[in-house]
Amino acid sequence: MRVRYILTEVLTGLWRNVTMTIAMIITMTVSLTMLGASLLLFFQVGKMEDFFYQRVEVSVFLKADVSDDQRASIESALKSNGLVKSYEHETKEAAWKRFQEQFKDAPDLVAATKQDSLPESFRIKLKDPNKVQDFSDQFRTQEGVSDIIDQKQLLKRVFDLLGALQTLALTVAIVQGAAALLLVANTIQVAAYSKRREVAVMKLVGASNWFIQMPFVLEAVFAGLIGAILAFGGLVAAKVFFIDGSLKALTTVLLPVDWGNVWIMLPVLCGAGGLVSAITAWVTLRFYVRV
Amino acid sequence: MTHRVYLAHLSHRVDSPPVIRLDHVTKTYPKASRPSLDDVSVNIEKGEFVFFIGPSGSGKSTIIKLLLHEVTPNRGKVVVNERDVTSMRSWRIPAFRRQIGCVFQDFRLLPNRTAYENVAFALEVIGKSKGVARRVVPEVLELVGLGGKEHRYPHELSGGEQQRVAVARAFVNRPLILLADEPTGNLDPDTSIEIMRLLDRINRTGTTVVMVTHDSNIVNQMRRRVVEIESGRIVRDQPRGVYG
Repeated sequence: MRVRYILTEVLTGLWRNVTMTIAMIITMTVSLTMLGASLLLFFQVGKMEDFFYQRVEVSVFLKADVSDDQRASIESALKSNGLVKSYEHETKEAAWKRFQEQFKDAPDLVAATKQDSLPESFRIKLKDPNKVQDFSDQFRTQEGVSDIIDQKQLLKRVFDLLGALQTLALTVAIVQGAAALLLVANTIQVAAYSKRREVAVMKLVGASNWFIQMPFVLEAVFAGLIGAILAFGGLVAAKVFFIDGSLKALTTVLLPVDWGNVWIMLPVLCGAGGLVSAITAWVTLRFYVRV
Repeated sequence: MTHRVYLAHLSHRVDSPPVIRLDHVTKTYPKASRPSLDDVSVNIEKGEFVFFIGPSGSGKSTIIKLLLHEVTPNRGKVVVNERDVTSMRSWRIPAFRRQIGCVFQDFRLLPNRTAYENVAFALEVIGKSKGVARRVVPEVLELVGLGGKEHRYPHELSGGEQQRVAVARAFVNRPLILLADEPTGNLDPDTSIEIMRLLDRINRTGTTVVMVTHDSNIVNQMRRRVVEIESGRIVRDQPRGVYG
């Protein structure tokens, strides 16, 4: 009976104030979607760092007029260097082949490039990819070295961009979250006002505090959960239509977003939405409305 | 030393402790220039019927608020049924209030509920089942003389009938104490007498009744204990008093 009473109260409460309920759900949804997106980005960036940093190479490009002696001394220096995990020598021919392979979609570019215009290089994997600077300092001055390129620097720009996106999403989540909280507080106040007679009688006859407060709190929690479910739906849609759809070409760089991570968002968002709503509602009741 | 008239109340139950005890209670509301109750001490025995009388603003309604723990005294102790209300933790208040029924001048009924539903509401919100309500509510409505009017809404009832519903709601849990804050304030003299008869009947079941009023007619007719308050102090306490 108590359960039915409380459920009826929650549903009539939500319906009585339906415009506010919808506003509450929309702001919750936007906030939680952004929260979910930023969490997914966080996972994604972590995964990409793991993935790419194990594969990044430092390229030591050699001068076009490098002599055999210079090449041999660079190679022996690489062999004996403590920072180097492994290295590979790429000849001009190999570089040309790779160039042809990489740009086979752009035959004009390939045709315009002379075979010997591509420099030969050593491709080095470091034991610790963060020690590029040390490595670079040691080899930059070697005879015959023209340039040292760290792929990590290129990746860093991608990660910076993703990080900025994450910050943006988190900012929107917080701003919308604040709006959602204010709406929850307002909804609770309106609900408490429209039920002030009932509340007064309940207090008078000795209904327990939780019994009086529960319908209000659940009203807010309900809105929070609906918002969380819609936000989850939004993330699923974003994955299906956006990441696996129109942005599919970018998955080699951005890596696929795991369904596992997306699914984790359901309990996370429900937890965040429900808990935050409940706490806001309770605080409003306890300290503001003084139900 | 404040001036106090305190007449020892002659009770046939001297051995049992008083059901209500105010012990040197002073209550000053914030921003008020003088206390509503000033060093008030009074004992009310179980089963008594007590009028608190006095002019408006004399502090008599503050006694009801203290007994309901709606306000707490600045000094002194309020003891109800051997429990010190003053120091009661807030989470204990609901359970405490279940021993107390309360009626007001403005009835405080829920307008969108019938007489039956208004009374049943008081049971439901303290966790009683619908079955209990079905058994108890018609009984108590019959007791207050509203048999046959269970399904009327408050606006379909007269003032007297509305107050009967309120009394039924206050009494449905068989409280130890019934507090009545000017229960006849909105009623004509004849209807007031009927409500008083009802309260008297409830008192005869053993329920202690504490009534705040300034209706001299009623006080004079009932000839019950009268405690008169003036400017926050007890100036008279008579076992079978009149309004004076």
